[in-house]
Amino acid sequence: MENHGSHITEYKVLIKVLFLLLLCTFLTISVTGFNLGAFTVTIALLIAGFKSYFVLSYFMHLKYESLLLRILVSMVFVLFIVIVLITFIDYSFR
Amino acid sequence: MSEHNTHVEEHRDDEASKLGMWLFIFTELLLFGGLFLVYSIFRMQYPDNFHESSMELSVTIGVINTVVLLFSSMTIAMAITAIQKKNKKLTLRLISVTVLMALVFLINKYFEWGHKFEHGLYPGSDLMQFLERGHHLYFSLYFFMTGLHALHIIVGMILLIICFVKVNKGSITNDKFVFLENGALYWHLVDLIWIFLFPLLYLIS
Amino acid sequence: MNTEYISFLDHKGKYTGIRSWIFATDHKRIAFLYMYAIASFFMVGAILGLLMRFELISPGETIMKPQTYNGLFTVHGIIMIFMVVIPGLSAVFGNFFLPILIGAKDVSFPKLNLFSWWLFMIGSMLAIASQLLKSGPPDTGWTFYAPYSTTTGTNVIAATTAAFILGFSSILTGLNFIVTVHRMRAPGMKFFNMPLFPWSLYATAWIQLLATPVVGITLIMLIAERLFGIGFFNPDLGGDPVLFQHLFWIYSHPAVYIMILPAMGVITEIIPTFCQKKIYGYKAIALSSLAIAGVGFLVWGHHMYTSGMSEQARWFFSLLTFIVAVPSAIKVFNWISTMYKGSIDMKPPFVFALFFIFLFMIGGLTGLILGSVATDIQVHDTSFIVAHFHYIIFGGMGFAFFAAIHYWLPKMYGKMYNFKRAYIAAISLFVGFNLLYFPQFIIGIQGMPRRYFDYPPRFQWAQITSTIGGVILVSALILMITNLILGVRRGAKAPANPWNGSTLEWQLPSPPSVENFDEAPVVKENPYDYN
Repeated sequence: MENHGSHITEYKVLIKVLFLLLLCTFLTISVTGFNLGAFTVTIALLIAGFKSYFVLSYFMHLKYESLLLRILVSMVFVLFIVIVLITFIDYSFR
Repeated sequence: MSEHNTHVEEHRDDEASKLGMWLFIFTELLLFGGLFLVYSIFRMQYPDNFHESSMELSVTIGVINTVVLLFSSMTIAMAITAIQKKNKKLTLRLISVTVLMALVFLINKYFEWGHKFEHGLYPGSDLMQFLERGHHLYFSLYFFMTGLHALHIIVGMILLIICFVKVNKGSITNDKFVFLENGALYWHLVDLIWIFLFPLLYLIS
Repeated sequence: MNTEYISFLDHKGKYTGIRSWIFATDHKRIAFLYMYAIASFFMVGAILGLLMRFELISPGETIMKPQTYNGLFTVHGIIMIFMVVIPGLSAVFGNFFLPILIGAKDVSFPKLNLFSWWLFMIGSMLAIASQLLKSGPPDTGWTFYAPYSTTTGTNVIAATTAAFILGFSSILTGLNFIVTVHRMRAPGMKFFNMPLFPWSLYATAWIQLLATPVVGITLIMLIAERLFGIGFFNPDLGGDPVLFQHLFWIYSHPAVYIMILPAMGVITEIIPTFCQKKIYGYKAIALSSLAIAGVGFLVWGHHMYTSGMSEQARWFFSLLTFIVAVPSAIKVFNWISTMYKGSIDMKPPFVFALFFIFLFMIGGLTGLILGSVATDIQVHDTSFIVAHFHYIIFGGMGFAFFAAIHYWLPKMYGKMYNFKRAYIAAISLFVGFNLLYFPQFIIGIQGMPRRYFDYPPRFQWAQITSTIGGVILVSALILMITNLILGVRRGAKAPANPWNGSTLEWQLPSPPSVENFDEAPVVKENPYDYN
C-alpha cells in the first residue's frame, strides 16, 4: 500500500498553527511572571499540553491519521502521567 | 536472489513504516519521561532552590530557541506539503531552512553552556559539588536534559540531511515520501520535548 | 505449489557459509541465531548458579571468597535476566513463529530484526567483558541499587552499558512485532482470529517498547552519577536512593511480564493441541494478556515495601498487585477447563506444560504472600524471594521454553527426538527443580537472607538439599539438550503435523521454506478447530 489518505496540509494552515504556538509561548512567559504557587506550573504545563496537541495534530498530521494511531498516542501520554502520579503517592506522603 | 528486491518494492507498506516511526517516538517519550519524572520529584522537594537556580538561565536565549524550534517544525511540515505538491525545489529549500534552524539552536546552546562552563558550572566541577542540594540537582537536571535533547537535535539534523539528499536524488518523490514524513516526525518530537523543557527549566516563577 | 519446496535451512541466498547466518534477514534464521546464543548463555548462567550452590553447601568460605560470591550472583542475574529470560521466548519462538502463525512471510522489518540480533550479541559480549576488565566483575546484584552501585569500584559502567544495549535490542524487537501484528496478518485473519501465542507476543511487545526506555535512561543516570556525581541518588547532594529503585522497577516489574506472557502463550498453544479441543475462553485469554501488560505497569512498588516508601504508596501497590494476579489466574482456569473432557495425549510438550502449570502456580501463590505488605516485610531479601522468583521465572518461563522446544523442534528442523529420554529429562528436571528451590522457601521464612555468602548452621540442611537438587537439575538439563541435539542430528524425519495441531505452522512442511507460504494460507475463523 503506497499512498495513505494523501491528505495535504495547506501552507496556510501550518502558518496559522505556528502563530498559535508562538502566542501560547508568550502567554506562558507572562503567566509565569506571576507567582501563583503551585498553580503557576500547572498553568504552564497546561499551555504546553495545548501546544503539544497542535504540534501532534497538525505538524505531525495526527488529525488525519487513523483512529488507532490517535488512541495509541493518547495511551502513551496517559501511561506516563499515571506513572508520575503513582510515584508522587510515595513522595507526597513521606 | 534478485526476486527478493522486486518483492520488497511491490510489497512496500508506507503505513507500516509510519507506524514503526511512531512507535519509536513512543520510546523516546518514555526515555525523556524518566528525566521529567526525576525533575518533578526534586522540584516538589526543593521549590525555592529550583526557582533561584533557574534565574541563572537566560530566558531570552530560551525564548529564541523555542521560537527557532517551533519555526523549524513548521518548515519541515511545509516540506511535506511541498513534496506532495511536486515542488522539489521548495521541498529542498524548506528542509535546508529546518536544518539551519537546528544549527542556530545548537549555536545558542553552545554559548549558553559555554557561559556556564566559564563560571565553573559543569557536571562534576568543584563549584557544582559545593552548591546547595536543590541547586545542585537543578543544574544536574539542566545539563542532563538539555544535553540529551541536544544529542537528539544532532541526530535529527543528520536524518534531515539524509532526507535532503534523497529528495535531491529523486528517491523521495510525491508518491514515495514516507522517509521524509518519518524524518519530519522525528524532528517534531525534538520540538515537542523542548515545548516542555522550556517552561520547566527557564520559567520557574 | 508453483515452486519446488526448499527448506529454509537449505536455501541458497546472497551469502554462503557463516555469512548466510549472521547477515540473514529470514526471521527463521534469526530465531536460530538467538536460540543458539541464548542456549549457550543459559548453560553458562546455570553453571554459575551451580557454583553458587557449591559455595553455599556449607557455612563460611567453601570454594570462593565473599567478593567472588558477590560477583557471581550479580553476573548470574545479569546473564539470566538480560541475556536469557527477557529475550528468550520472544526472540526465539516469537521470531520463528509469529509471522507463520499469522500467515505472513516475515516480520515487517526484517533488516531491523537482524539489527536487533546484532545489538543483542554486542550487548552480551560487553556484559561478558564487564567480568574481565580491570576493575573486576560488578558486585552490586543485577539490580544495581544506589548508593552502592554509584560508589563501588567494580565494572558497573561496562555492565550497565551492556544492559542498555540489550534493552535497545528488546525495544526494536517489540517495535517490529507490533507493526507485524498490525500490518502482516493474512487476509481474513482479524485480531480475534489470531492464535493466542501471537496475542501474547503482541502484549509483550508493548511492554518491551514502553517500559525498556525507562530503565535505559535510569542506567544512563547511574553512569552519569559515577562519572559526574550528578546527585540524583545521593542524599549528600540532595538526591534519593529510593528514586533509583522506583525508576529501576518501573521497568523491571513489567519486564517480568515480558518473561511470562509469551510463556503463557506457548502453553496456550500446547494444551489445546494435546487435548484435541478448542481452548476454553479464547477472548478471556487474549484480553487477559493485554490486562496483565497494562496493569503490570502499575505495581512496581511491591519490590520496595521495606525501602522507606510512604504508607499510602505501600497500600496502593499492594492493592494493584492483588488486582494483577486476577488475569493470570483466569488463564490457569482456562487451561484446566480446556483439559476437561479433552482427548489427552501425554506427549513430552504436554508433560512440560503440566509441570509449567504446577510450578507457575506455586510461584504465583507465593507471590500473593509477597503482595501483602505485612507478610512481605518478614520475607523481603530472604531466600523466600529467591525461591519465589525462580519458581515463576525458571519454573514458569523456563519450563515453557522447554515445552516450546519439544513442541516445535519437529517443525523447525524436520526431525523428531527420542520421547523416552525426553520424559526422563522432564521428570528429572522437575524433581531437581523442587529439591533445589522448595527448601529455600522454608529457610527464607526462618530468616536466611539472600545474596549472603555465609549463614548459621541451622540452615545447612536446606542448603545441602538445594545443592543436590541443583546437581540433578543441571544433569537433567544436559540430558534434555543432548536428547534434542541427537534428535536434530540423527532423529527420524518428522512429518508436517506430528501432533495434529490446528494452527497455521502445521500446514507448512517441516522445516518451512524461506517465504513460509507458497500459496495464501487458509485462515480459519477459529484457530483451534480440530475437526
